[in-house]
Amino acid sequence: MRKLIRHVARIVTVLLLGGFLGATLVRLAPGLTVDEQELDSRLNHESIQALRQARAIDDSLPSFYFRYLNRLVHGDLGTSRTLQQPVRQLLAERLPETLKSVGLGLALGWTLGLALAIATVMSRSWYVDLVSSLLAGVLLCIPAAVLALLFVIARAPGRLVLGLIVFPKVFRYARNLLERSASLPHVLTAWSKGLGGFRILLWHILPVAAPQLLALAGVSVSLAFAAAIPVEVLCDLPGIGQLAWKAALGRDLELLVNIMMMVTLITLVANSTSELVEHSARTGTA
Amino acid sequence: MKWARIAAIGLLVAISAACLLAEFVAPASYMHQFRDLPDATPSRQHPLGTDGLGRDRLSRLLYGTRVSLLLAPAAALLSSLLAALIGAAAGFAGGWVERCMMATTDLFLSLPWLFLLITVRALLPLNVSPITSVVITFALLGCLGWAGAARVICADARTLCRSDFILLARASGSGGLRLLWRHILPNLRPILYAQFWISIPVFILTEANLGILGLGVAEPLPSWGSLLRELESFSAFSAQPWQFAPLILFIVVVSSFHLALQKQELSA
Repeated sequence: MRKLIRHVARIVTVLLLGGFLGATLVRLAPGLTVDEQELDSRLNHESIQALRQARAIDDSLPSFYFRYLNRLVHGDLGTSRTLQQPVRQLLAERLPETLKSVGLGLALGWTLGLALAIATVMSRSWYVDLVSSLLAGVLLCIPAAVLALLFVIARAPGRLVLGLIVFPKVFRYARNLLERSASLPHVLTAWSKGLGGFRILLWHILPVAAPQLLALAGVSVSLAFAAAIPVEVLCDLPGIGQLAWKAALGRDLELLVNIMMMVTLITLVANSTSELVEHSARTGTA
Repeated sequence: MKWARIAAIGLLVAISAACLLAEFVAPASYMHQFRDLPDATPSRQHPLGTDGLGRDRLSRLLYGTRVSLLLAPAAALLSSLLAALIGAAAGFAGGWVERCMMATTDLFLSLPWLFLLITVRALLPLNVSPITSVVITFALLGCLGWAGAARVICADARTLCRSDFILLARASGSGGLRLLWRHILPNLRPILYAQFWISIPVFILTEANLGILGLGVAEPLPSWGSLLRELESFSAFSAQPWQFAPLILFIVVVSSFHLALQKQELSA
């Protein structure tokens, strides 16, 4: 319970710090008080003055942050400057799409990565190792955006790209862990006593590697979310990755900072959950 | 795997040399337009053909590789120096200084890398000259990529501070700065080298992602991001396989960096 409270406190602290950092960046960004509409030659002096007043900031950084936090607590995330829609509505519309892509990508990446790692360790044949290592190595060297482009060219479903981004990391980490577990003395004894491969894997190798694999689960969520930006942009998936990109190109900083805060919250929760599960797994094993 | 490592280093040296000598090796300048030859197929004059604007693809590939191969190590150096400064200071000071610095590190590590990058990139002006865009892109990578390395360095510095030779140095009257400069930082050098080498392919990949999204190096200056972005115009009907040359070179360079890293360095 104490560990859970500590994790919640950490999440809140990081979010407050992140919020402050975000608000500071928005407040200090060059051009915050300037609107492109001011360049419109059809506008008269009064209209330009009205535009300038609407964007003017007349409070200090702490009060700006306090107002920002106050609005955040009341569920008001502001309005997107480029899309002219409430940020909350935009996030509610686009988050399910990203969660679907990330969920599918994680499932695919983990299934593929873990299956190949198990096959490599259990078969103990050099060609399985070579083929799977080469596949993971090549995928590690291709940027997510290029993979997405290749999928667009091949007219393949873009959501699968996230799986190919997660796969090599899971494969490499899992293979190293499983190899280490498979070389432990009690596993070697089990082999020499003639136990079946499946039984050895299930009862002797996986339980030793499981806690560390759980730690990777949290990290892979962050990885998949980061890769969602190029994948959603290039495969035209209307998720928050695409929204973040549009916000970046339009310098819609309020929207961008809110997206970043939300993604940070999701990754923090994922990391804390995997740490807590890992801790309880370790305690259970001990 | 020693032969693979030697081959990887050899390839990196050869590619770097070709890029550094781009002025002599490239058939034309990266921005010179052969206006009567847009989308030309490979020929003796243009070994990789020309792009839609009539610019020689091989020249752009050489100059673009030079940008990435020169500036990714510079960004890695910056991030390693920042990591050394923050990590060593935190590990050496201990107590609340370490807690505060590591909380900041945690904050940076919690923010998804690409989201953080595009947010900070969007804060800076987008319509800038190509040279400014190069500096902004790689400076951002250097300034934001230190957190992971700082955590590792802090842990190592903390262990070093508890070692006997530091105790002896303290007993001999060495002060804080002298201890840090003469005893702790030199012993952190191997881990700093490892972090430096590990960061280079990461930054090359990130610049490529940013470039493809239009948030990296601005045209007409080529970089791997903008070169790989040209794959968008690839069509199965008018197949031009030579368009994949930048991707193949990219995979060769990044995998060579991975192979060149020793196993011990990766585990560090």
